[in-house]
Amino acid sequence: MKDVQRRNFLKTSVGLAAVTIAPGMLLFKVAHGESDDNSKVRWGMLIDTSGCTNGCRECIDACNKENGLSGGLAPTDSQWIRKIEIKDVSTGHEFGLPMMCQHCAEPPCVDVCPTGASFKRHDGIVLVDKHRCIGCRYCMMACPYKARSFVHEPLHNQNPDVPRGKGTVESCTMCVHRVDEGKQPACAEACPNKSILFGNLHDPNSEIAKKIRAVASTQVRADLNLNTGVRYQGI
Amino acid sequence: MSTSFALQHKKNRLYYALLAGAGLVVLLALYAVDLMEEKGHIITGMNNQIVWGMPHVFAIFLIVAASGVLNVASIGSVFGKAIYKARAPLAGLLSIAMLSGGLAVLMLDLGRPERFMLPALDFNITSVFAWNTILYSGMFGLVIAYLWSMFEKRMNVYSKPLGVAVFAWRFILTTGTGLIFAFLTARQAFGSAILPPMFVVMSFAWGMAVFHIVQMVIYAWNDKELEPEILERKKRLLGLFILGSLYMVAVYHMTNLYFAHRMSFERFILLDGGVYPALFWWGYVLIGNVLPLALIFMPGMKTKKSAMMASLAVVLGGFAFLYVFIIGGQAFPLDLFPGYEVSSTFGDGKIGSYTPSIYEILLGFGGLAIAFIITTVSVHVLNFMPHDKSYIAD
Amino acid sequence: MSVSGVRLLLLLLISLCIPNVWADQSTLPYKIDIGRGGHCVRDPVWMRKNHMHLLIHQRDLTVREGKPNKEIDLRNCVECHASTKDDSVIARSDSFCVACHRYEAVKIDCFECHSGIRKSAWLQRNAK
Ligand code: SF4
Repeated sequence: MKDVQRRNFLKTSVGLAAVTIAPGMLLFKVAHGESDDNSKVRWGMLIDTSGCTNGCRECIDACNKENGLSGGLAPTDSQWIRKIEIKDVSTGHEFGLPMMCQHCAEPPCVDVCPTGASFKRHDGIVLVDKHRCIGCRYCMMACPYKARSFVHEPLHNQNPDVPRGKGTVESCTMCVHRVDEGKQPACAEACPNKSILFGNLHDPNSEIAKKIRAVASTQVRADLNLNTGVRYQGI
Repeated sequence: MSTSFALQHKKNRLYYALLAGAGLVVLLALYAVDLMEEKGHIITGMNNQIVWGMPHVFAIFLIVAASGVLNVASIGSVFGKAIYKARAPLAGLLSIAMLSGGLAVLMLDLGRPERFMLPALDFNITSVFAWNTILYSGMFGLVIAYLWSMFEKRMNVYSKPLGVAVFAWRFILTTGTGLIFAFLTARQAFGSAILPPMFVVMSFAWGMAVFHIVQMVIYAWNDKELEPEILERKKRLLGLFILGSLYMVAVYHMTNLYFAHRMSFERFILLDGGVYPALFWWGYVLIGNVLPLALIFMPGMKTKKSAMMASLAVVLGGFAFLYVFIIGGQAFPLDLFPGYEVSSTFGDGKIGSYTPSIYEILLGFGGLAIAFIITTVSVHVLNFMPHDKSYIAD
Repeated sequence: MSVSGVRLLLLLLISLCIPNVWADQSTLPYKIDIGRGGHCVRDPVWMRKNHMHLLIHQRDLTVREGKPNKEIDLRNCVECHASTKDDSVIARSDSFCVACHRYEAVKIDCFECHSGIRKSAWLQRNAK
């Protein structure tokens, strides 16, 4: 909490400085600084890693298919979601989990993006507005989760629902096109163990909110105080 | 008389040959950019792990040096030292030239370079990158005004306040460049408060080195001798700057060693990271520091030659440092689960690999060539040659 | 030259400045495949001149504010105007988007990222 306050303080002071440098065009943005802690909807996920047995890649395949990703594994290929295999060196305990954009409430990628292409929707989904992205890749430097990919090649035959293109940065959209139609993200739907629970974190009666209250869940790199929208259970 | 005429003729030809050469480099760079536009960044060595590569090494060197070179002007204007004042115009010119080159590289490397004006229109105030666009354009304007105030008699009165403004602005600018990295708190290599001051001190050394090189070439070209006392003093100043930046780099690594979770990164970058420690120790420490310091402070060195050599070594060392800092810093994987061993298809827990491609190197050299062309043409058509009254101790 | 002659000349010159999109379709000087066509969301003559404003305005609403519009949606444009032969608005030189944009020499930026293919056809083509 303290950190968030400090960040906000930083933002305001920086904002004031910037306003004095370039008035006019900036005032607008400051006025628009939305606080969406009290927004009615915040989409999130709770992932139960106990179901993520070694070798299971259902969520990844579903994501690739839904979003028209090639599924290639070269360092220049996009991977919106990936399986991380984890081993506790001291105990030898091994487990795995899917890692993707954590849809932070305080997303570093949004803070650093020079054009505002990286942004957070009022419902908490962090997206890249590809109309504005200039492809500077600063957000990729800033993301603690390595969640973003840069489109290194011209693309063809994109899914009509999922526009993607060369020279811009992309990442998990929480299947925003499905969510807006009242559906679940593709990964959540595909998981054979129902390990990915998707829902509205701000609705106290939603299944996810209830479960988060009931079980111990973790944020990855909680030390950074980003208040992630994706939480894990069992790590 | 006729021999000097023939010499002049030869020089003229050399001048145009040099310009043509630099022009060719720029053309090659543009060709590389065009190819990058058509095929995408796949033809560079950059990837999703090493997202900033060779172009950024060149661009950041040029921008940092562009700020540092103004030191010469500041010492003249702000502190009123005559020998530096005489060099202020040249310093201003070099600054503009390098800033142009560096920004061109940065811009042309974008995934969507045609949208480079967007940061100015859709300005995101929390972004250091966006502030930097203001800092850079402001610097351009200020330095041009400053140059004008020095060249135009009627404007001379403004020269001092403008000099002070440039002095302040360039501090903020280099701080801004350092902040680009300092704000990346999630990365072990960056996210350190020491980075902005480190960049400021480094800019002094790199800027001074570039200034030395250019000044010596100009003097040689015009068959003039730089007064040895002047050279000696500036050489010593360069030495001090080198020591200063070495100190900052040492502190940066020491503070990193202090944080337990950054130990493994320091091990990687200083010991067993292959090309990175090699470049760091041989390139940065040895060539970039030990060699120039020896050349500067060892007694009995021929001033002129050793100053030139030392400056070149500092520039090379600067590039080596940036390569290690920027690329090495990204090659080391992010630590998502401290204390655990991780692996994935997306490079988690693995050192990223990066081989710069010819295209991005061409782009980088294109930036150098732009700076070269701006400097050469301006020095040729305008009077940027430092005019020293006979040496005044100050 | 008489006064009326000058007037006529001026008139001709001015008419040259009027972009072609203002003209009636019957007078379009190039071939265009309007696909299925049908009833557009706005008057076609208005659309020819203003479709980009509509699209840009809606794109910010859809992307940034999460307020998609059932009616104004690039996918709908494609749905009606993709050629009945190849299901695309961009595949040929007389495809719906290409024909005009080529004539007016305005680059289309949309389809580097957006699909120019009718969704039903895309689904069919990409069904495993
Ligand atoms: S790459 Fe695009 S989204 Fe990322 S910081 Fe740059 S402009 Fe913003």
